[in-house]
Amino acid sequence: MTVKTNIQLGRSESDPDVLLEVENLTVSFPTDDGVVNAVRGVSYQLRRGEAMGIVGESGSGKSVSSLAVMGLLPKSARVSGSIRFQGESLLGKSENQYAEIRGNKISMIFQDPLTSLNPVYTVGYQLAEAVLAHNDVSKQGAHDRAVELLRLVGIPFPEQRVSNYPHEMSGGMRQRVVIAIAMANNPDVIIADEPTTALDVTVQAQVLEALEAARAETGAALVLITHDLGVIAGHAERICVMYAGKLVEVGSIDDIFYRPRMPYALGLLGSLPRLDSSSKQRLTPITGAPPSLVNLPAGCPFTPRCPLAQDVCEENEPNLVATDSSAHLAACHFHEKLVGVSARQLFSTTSADPDLIDSADQEVAQ
Amino acid sequence: MTEPTTKAAAPSAGKPVATDPATGRVEREFTVKDRSQFQQTMRRFLRHKLAVGSLIVFLLLVLFAFVGPHLWKYQYTTITPDNSVPPSMKHPFGTDNLGHDMFAQVLRGLQQSIKVALSIALIATVGGTLWGTISGYYKGFVDNALMRFADLILTIPSLALAAALANNFSGSWWIIAIILGGLAAPYVGRVVRGMVLSIREREYVEAARALGASDIRIMLRHLVPNAFAVVVVNATLLVASGILAETSLSFLGFGVRPPDTSLGVLITLGQGAVNTRPWLFYFPGLFIILVALTVNFLGDGLRDALDPQQTRQRR
Amino acid sequence: MLAYTIRRVLISVPVLLGSTILVFIMVKLSGDPLESIKLRNPPPPPQTIKLEEHRLGLDQSWPLQYWNWLKGLVLHGNFGAAVQPSDNIGSEIGSHLWVTMRLVFFSVLIALILAIITGVLSAVKQYSALDYTTTFFGFLFLSMPVFWFAVLLKSWGIWYNQNVSANTFYTIGDKSVVLENDTTWGHITDVAGHMVLPTIVLGLAGYAGWTRFTRASMLEVLNSDHVRLARAKGLRSRKVLVRHALRNALIPLTTVTALDIAALLGGAILTETVFQWQGMGALFVQSLRDKDAHLMMGWLLVSATIVILFNLIADLLYGVLDPRIRHA
Repeated sequence: MTVKTNIQLGRSESDPDVLLEVENLTVSFPTDDGVVNAVRGVSYQLRRGEAMGIVGESGSGKSVSSLAVMGLLPKSARVSGSIRFQGESLLGKSENQYAEIRGNKISMIFQDPLTSLNPVYTVGYQLAEAVLAHNDVSKQGAHDRAVELLRLVGIPFPEQRVSNYPHEMSGGMRQRVVIAIAMANNPDVIIADEPTTALDVTVQAQVLEALEAARAETGAALVLITHDLGVIAGHAERICVMYAGKLVEVGSIDDIFYRPRMPYALGLLGSLPRLDSSSKQRLTPITGAPPSLVNLPAGCPFTPRCPLAQDVCEENEPNLVATDSSAHLAACHFHEKLVGVSARQLFSTTSADPDLIDSADQEVAQ
Repeated sequence: MTEPTTKAAAPSAGKPVATDPATGRVEREFTVKDRSQFQQTMRRFLRHKLAVGSLIVFLLLVLFAFVGPHLWKYQYTTITPDNSVPPSMKHPFGTDNLGHDMFAQVLRGLQQSIKVALSIALIATVGGTLWGTISGYYKGFVDNALMRFADLILTIPSLALAAALANNFSGSWWIIAIILGGLAAPYVGRVVRGMVLSIREREYVEAARALGASDIRIMLRHLVPNAFAVVVVNATLLVASGILAETSLSFLGFGVRPPDTSLGVLITLGQGAVNTRPWLFYFPGLFIILVALTVNFLGDGLRDALDPQQTRQRR
Repeated sequence: MLAYTIRRVLISVPVLLGSTILVFIMVKLSGDPLESIKLRNPPPPPQTIKLEEHRLGLDQSWPLQYWNWLKGLVLHGNFGAAVQPSDNIGSEIGSHLWVTMRLVFFSVLIALILAIITGVLSAVKQYSALDYTTTFFGFLFLSMPVFWFAVLLKSWGIWYNQNVSANTFYTIGDKSVVLENDTTWGHITDVAGHMVLPTIVLGLAGYAGWTRFTRASMLEVLNSDHVRLARAKGLRSRKVLVRHALRNALIPLTTVTALDIAALLGGAILTETVFQWQGMGALFVQSLRDKDAHLMMGWLLVSATIVILFNLIADLLYGVLDPRIRHA
């Protein structure tokens, strides 16, 4: 998909299932310290009804690339590449042309439910506003739809709750209201940007449930942005791993979770606590920090943190290439070396545990 | 204070920051230099050209006001034989009907006005910071008493209050400064109190208290430095409002009084001649505007530099 | 909402009472009302001074003086005896207050409308030529002494009148002494004509700070999450701007406006002095010249009441605009 060949372009144009097509998207921000290259050539396709996850550390460009799709980046951002929705180019649309698509065809859920809603209007008003923006219905009709939407996302007593102000609701409830707003016009795509990050663990499940309900109701395709692999595993079919503004690995859930071909993806998995592995295994952190996106040197940006790094990694930044299947792509010079390697073999654990050293050594020796 | 947002990644332990001379490899993690908060603030301020320019102009004005009178051929009290002459090489700003050289008068007026304005800012800032810190730190009864008192002062037009108080005194500049500075202190006090209330709830203050630090120590080491940015910006803006307050008071006749002079006194004396001898009115006015304008620009630049969150993305 | 209103009103009563005490002490410190009589040449007989002291209540202790003044005020609406025996302080203040309040009211109105329009435009078009122009003029008016600008505008008015040989701008007084067209309408246009220049002066003084504030407030709201969500919903940009940005940005502006009323009254004193109005400004200067304690106290009390009243209105408006306050 990301290898730009004429064959693939030809296919996507004829494929009616492709809703959203992002190609070679770059976003940069001029700042005091220089130009921040937040997104550096991202390409992906989203099909009708599909659920795709984007994972990455904070600052990897995952939110920025989605805001670019919504046309919600600050004015200072420089965007290039192409974003097509149902074959129609979105970049370069005027604010009011864009408004016809936002919330109607593509809608978005933001990270912080406490600040996402306007404190001076009731949630009913804010919901009805979304309905009225794209539908020719009466105020009463919009109000009824607001109540219905609140019921759909699982808010109890929606008839009363509809006249609540945001500050009268809990964080989890407010996020469900935001989800209700996102699904109000039966969009084709819902982009959820870290929808559960700001919430208590106990509430996260309810919010994800509401998100699933929204998908079931609207049949929308989902782009789920998160740094939580656990959330992705349960709610997405396909995963894009982002690092330093680029996609570094793309594949199905199984591809990424069981056959990762990029050391960073492998490292992410190694730092994830799992119930299915033996209790004695330690988590393996990725040492170091993501690179600054200002004046990024040539070569693979993961080089300083990568245990496999060679001289070639300093010089050439690898492209996404197909690995074990045409749908599983990785950007690593040595992706073939990663076949069957576990995170613990590649990365060291934080501290030495005498009980584990022997077994770990044996494993490496094998 | 809000933490400055740095584009540089957080330093991680055990990693060299620059090029490693042994291997010649480029260290890739830090392409942006790590700077101290002071350096960042300075950088941001220096990039604010208008503020830097204003600072230079303001310093030149101060120099002009305090050194100028010693170099100029006339004293502000000197009565020259030229009555009511328009600006010329001999009298750049002309003369008044008694033959006073306006350039010497403006120099003296500027000096007095700047002296008063700086004193007002100093008195109000020191007084207000103490007021606000004590009020915000102790809460309860002390806070209530101090803040209600501040409210009372703020309900009465301070120009009127200042005029009423100054009415009983001769118009020496330091009395004017004390009165106006004292009346501006509650404004500063309220702002500082708000800052203190939010800072005192932070974890590091609680940690200091848990370690047994005394109230005074916590105030001096934690609260005051953290409220510093707001206080500095406020102090700068107080210089601007101070010079306006002094001139207004003098205009009403309750500030600096003749034979001493200030920019406000000069305008008062010149206002009747605005259409016939405009130099008597325009020159002192232009200097007031110049001082207040440069100080306001300076304060704006300082605010941007000290509170980077407001102007993170400059085009 | 009603409970909220009542609570706000009740809170302002002790503040007002406190300000009378403060004012009393300040006035007592500001000089001796009988100074001019005592300095007369030849000196008046001690008997005269005694009588005057008794008439003005100066022969009592401070607390008793305050108590009597307060009692007279609350029970009889009596502001106390004036130094000029013919004056009735209450009615004097009443007539002068009307003159000043109409100036303040229209100045605030014009300043707010102008400040909101230009503040919003310069926030929306940040870093445009319009933004820079507005910012510069905002700073300029912020840095200009009110009375200097007043004298300037007055001189321009006179200059214009001389050039066209007609009385286009009124530059002296709050109304004409002799009125040709002695009808109600004639009076209204006469007063309005006299108000033009002073209103511009005072309006621009208030405008300067408020436009800066509106701009900052708008910028903050425009970058907020809820405006982003409003845009993500697909609302038209005008709707986002008015319903979601401006609506929220106005909330803090009410407080700032109310806080600036005291300063604006100070500005009114200066403006009125320049244009020789018979308003509160002139009355205050008279009270200071006469060292008339009762007049000064009445004056300060009335202006404190006005400031508190404006703050009360702002508080109530805040409650209307922000449901978080209303429901608290």
